[in-house]
Amino acid sequence: MGRYHRHADGTTHTHDESHHGFRDHTAYATGPERVTVLERIFTENDRAAAANREAFADAGVICLNVMSSPGAGKTTVLAATLTHLRERGVRAGVIEGDIETSIDADRLRGLAHQISLLNTGDGFGGECHLDAPMVARALRDLDLNDLDVVLVENVGNLVCPAEFDVGAHRRVMVCSVTEGEDKPLKYPVMFRSVDAVLINKTDLLPHLELDIALLEHNIRVVNPRTTLLRMSARTGDGLDEWFAWLDQAIAN
Amino acid sequence: MHELSLCQSIYGITDRARDGRPVVTIHLRVGALRQVVPETLTYCWGVVTDTTPLAGSMLDVEPVRAELICRSCGATTVLADRFLIACAGCDGADVEVVHGEELVVASLDLAEPSSAVGS
Repeated sequence: MGRYHRHADGTTHTHDESHHGFRDHTAYATGPERVTVLERIFTENDRAAAANREAFADAGVICLNVMSSPGAGKTTVLAATLTHLRERGVRAGVIEGDIETSIDADRLRGLAHQISLLNTGDGFGGECHLDAPMVARALRDLDLNDLDVVLVENVGNLVCPAEFDVGAHRRVMVCSVTEGEDKPLKYPVMFRSVDAVLINKTDLLPHLELDIALLEHNIRVVNPRTTLLRMSARTGDGLDEWFAWLDQAIAN
Repeated sequence: MHELSLCQSIYGITDRARDGRPVVTIHLRVGALRQVVPETLTYCWGVVTDTTPLAGSMLDVEPVRAELICRSCGATTVLADRFLIACAGCDGADVEVVHGEELVVASLDLAEPSSAVGS
């Protein structure tokens, strides 16, 4: 491919760097000009995340970003959580992220005080995660002054959601016992990014060969500080510990 | 597959920094703790820049190794193949990640060498 350039006499042309010899441009500085940028690629997202966080703070709202692989039980956990919050008189908003359909949003609609559905297949290029500008868009459908807490149900995916700060105060993931012991080692960025891991579907343990102590050990290997909570959102077993953790997060 | 989102951000940063000038190469620094696949990033860059003034420009990815400093014993640990966030010296888990989370547009190479004389 030829190189377009300008000579001192003002003429411009394209050539294959042969007629002056390689990069022997005696009339001007040799080599490509390098411009230093040093700008973080997440700057734009993080700016939007900071704006979301400020909007939450102005309204006195605590926001949780809930992540997991597809099918780990996020929506079932959220349904139980919303019931708990409603019983305590806590007004909860939900931002429901899915690539397509309103199935999860419909499940939670009767339980949440307010709900905003984000289909990433609709105008966001089918994104596999929610980022801060998308959450900002969803916030237009929520009246934050009429809420105490916002739960963001992220797109089911163990990779991309971990990378994007959406402006939440706490990051939580649901990890089901059917996913095996090695998931923390395979998806360390996700496991490392969260404040709590809800180990869900423990009612299935009698049917599995899972070594739950090894799963917890592997989570600790990549994230020594996270809170581990065993539960079954289906039977309700272990939910009280999660609710206590959540209530404390909301109170702070 | 968040490489497409990343490329859109890289485009915005590059387009502002180039200030109308043609660009040959965009140099990125990507930490080992980031889940970025360089080949996917390069592919997405072609998609994002197609029919834009940055079409044909190249992404150059400089990998950055993950490095921890132990808050207890002060030792530095460079993470090689295992993602074990622990001090290699004392096995302690109270460590600070000092490298490996970089995701930065470092610099641009412009297409046209700067002229010493005239415009």
